[in-house]
Amino acid sequence: MTDSIYTLDIMTIKERQDQIIEEFNQFDDWMDKYALLIDFGNSLEPMDEQYKTPQNIIEGCQSRVWLHAEMHDGVITFQGESDAILVKGMVKLLIEVLSGHTPDEILDSELYFIEHIGLREHLSPTRSNGLLAMVKQMRLYALAFKAQNAQAH
Amino acid sequence: MTQNEIQNIRDDFPILKEKVYGKDLIYLDNAATTQKPRCVIEKMTDAYYRYNANIHRGVHYLSQVATEANEHARATVADFLHAANRHEIIFTRGTTEAINLVAFSFGEAFCHAGDEIVVSVMEHHSNIVPWQMLCERKGMTLRVIPMNEAGELDLDAYRTLLNEHTRLVAVAHVSNVLGTVNPVGDIIALAHEHDIPVLVDGAQSTPHLAVDVTELDADFYVFSGHKIYAPTGIGVLYGKERWLNAMPPYQGGGEMIATVRFEKTTYNELPFKFEAGTPDYIGSVALEEALNYVQRIGLPRIAEHEHALLDYTTRRLLEIDGMRIIGTAHEKSAVISFLVRDIHPYDMGMLLDKLGIAVRTGHHCAQPLIDSLGIPGTVRASFALYNTTEESDRFVEAVKRVSSMF
Repeated sequence: MTDSIYTLDIMTIKERQDQIIEEFNQFDDWMDKYALLIDFGNSLEPMDEQYKTPQNIIEGCQSRVWLHAEMHDGVITFQGESDAILVKGMVKLLIEVLSGHTPDEILDSELYFIEHIGLREHLSPTRSNGLLAMVKQMRLYALAFKAQNAQAH
Repeated sequence: MTQNEIQNIRDDFPILKEKVYGKDLIYLDNAATTQKPRCVIEKMTDAYYRYNANIHRGVHYLSQVATEANEHARATVADFLHAANRHEIIFTRGTTEAINLVAFSFGEAFCHAGDEIVVSVMEHHSNIVPWQMLCERKGMTLRVIPMNEAGELDLDAYRTLLNEHTRLVAVAHVSNVLGTVNPVGDIIALAHEHDIPVLVDGAQSTPHLAVDVTELDADFYVFSGHKIYAPTGIGVLYGKERWLNAMPPYQGGGEMIATVRFEKTTYNELPFKFEAGTPDYIGSVALEEALNYVQRIGLPRIAEHEHALLDYTTRRLLEIDGMRIIGTAHEKSAVISFLVRDIHPYDMGMLLDKLGIAVRTGHHCAQPLIDSLGIPGTVRASFALYNTTEESDRFVEAVKRVSSMF
């Protein structure tokens, strides 16, 4: 497992969101905020090719998102990818916030950072970039893993 | 057109003074919809203020005024397209509804299992899906005219597609993605050698070049009001009388009937047979106003201005490293689709928007075309009569700036 990447996970979902908000708020200019988002996009770890399957595609009208989830030791690890860099940046942020947490932590969390960094428009249904569906899918994975866990015990 | 004339035209369009994120709006999404001049907006208001009444059935004064206005608009559209008869003009909600009308009614009258419909690879979904639905309904086949690398239709291939099973050819006059102006005159002449009728999708042509359906000998010609400075919700189907008379009604309801009995209903004559329900008479008079506005400036002058913008902007875009223009047809309308390096169209469009520039990104409702090009989509800038070279410059600088961010 690639646990080393997720050493940040000691942070709670809330703490990481607040940190991201701070990182974006240091810029006033829109283009700087977007440059930071592009940096996040470029830093997204490439998804394992084996997971870039048609089943893992979340099809948007303008861009596509792939999402894969696994659960080990009670926490969920997400991998994601997109063909557009801005979307990739959002995928990276979402994974940083939610990956490495338990299903309950994910289901109980409130995702407020997107609104606070002024990137809400990426999640609007009319943008049809697959991101809104990705957020839903991440929660669905949490729900599914939780149910699976309950059955196992 | 002189700087002064363009400025006067810009003053006719109140929305062009709007700011986007604090920046001057540069509107380059005219192939999706155009902005409306004040005279069109005021025409709608005026109609509602002074002569709003349901048309064709009222004996009262207002209804007669509204009816006359609607029928006057029909005559203006007939003149605009150089149609032989005003009853060959059917008002629809737009291009899409007009094509659906023909696909249904022509299909009912003339199409059978084993027949074929010919479209081109560069069609908008609106000129593909209605024909696919017809094919599914009747057990028919859709045949597709291919194109070359520049985005020009392969007329030799087209010739081989025409045979005794072909019932109709449906083709765009101007491509909404590539800007290609298709040789519809030749396409129609070749089809007519086999007595095959042709429907021309004029959504992208009517705002930019003078159309003469009589000279083209088009059997059906369709367009949307909102792409030619008129409001949304009004569009036009031109059809030759002999076809329209032989086709059954598309929708049933008021207006389209002569007599209604439970045993048997008889239908109204053209054009009313195809206009079920209360027509959009406010839309039709506003469309007339928009066509008059365009005619006052003159389509040849509009075309000349837009062509200059097309050439200038294309040349300047090519200064950018990794610039790839999608659609390099010899005959081209003022549409520029492009990609820079491997920058995704969504990324480019989002960032151009932040700089106040409205462009279109994605597959532009022409997925088969985009797939055939093996690209994820394009960024599309499309021009109208009110765009300026200063706007082109700002647009090109913005594309440069955004490209440097990746």
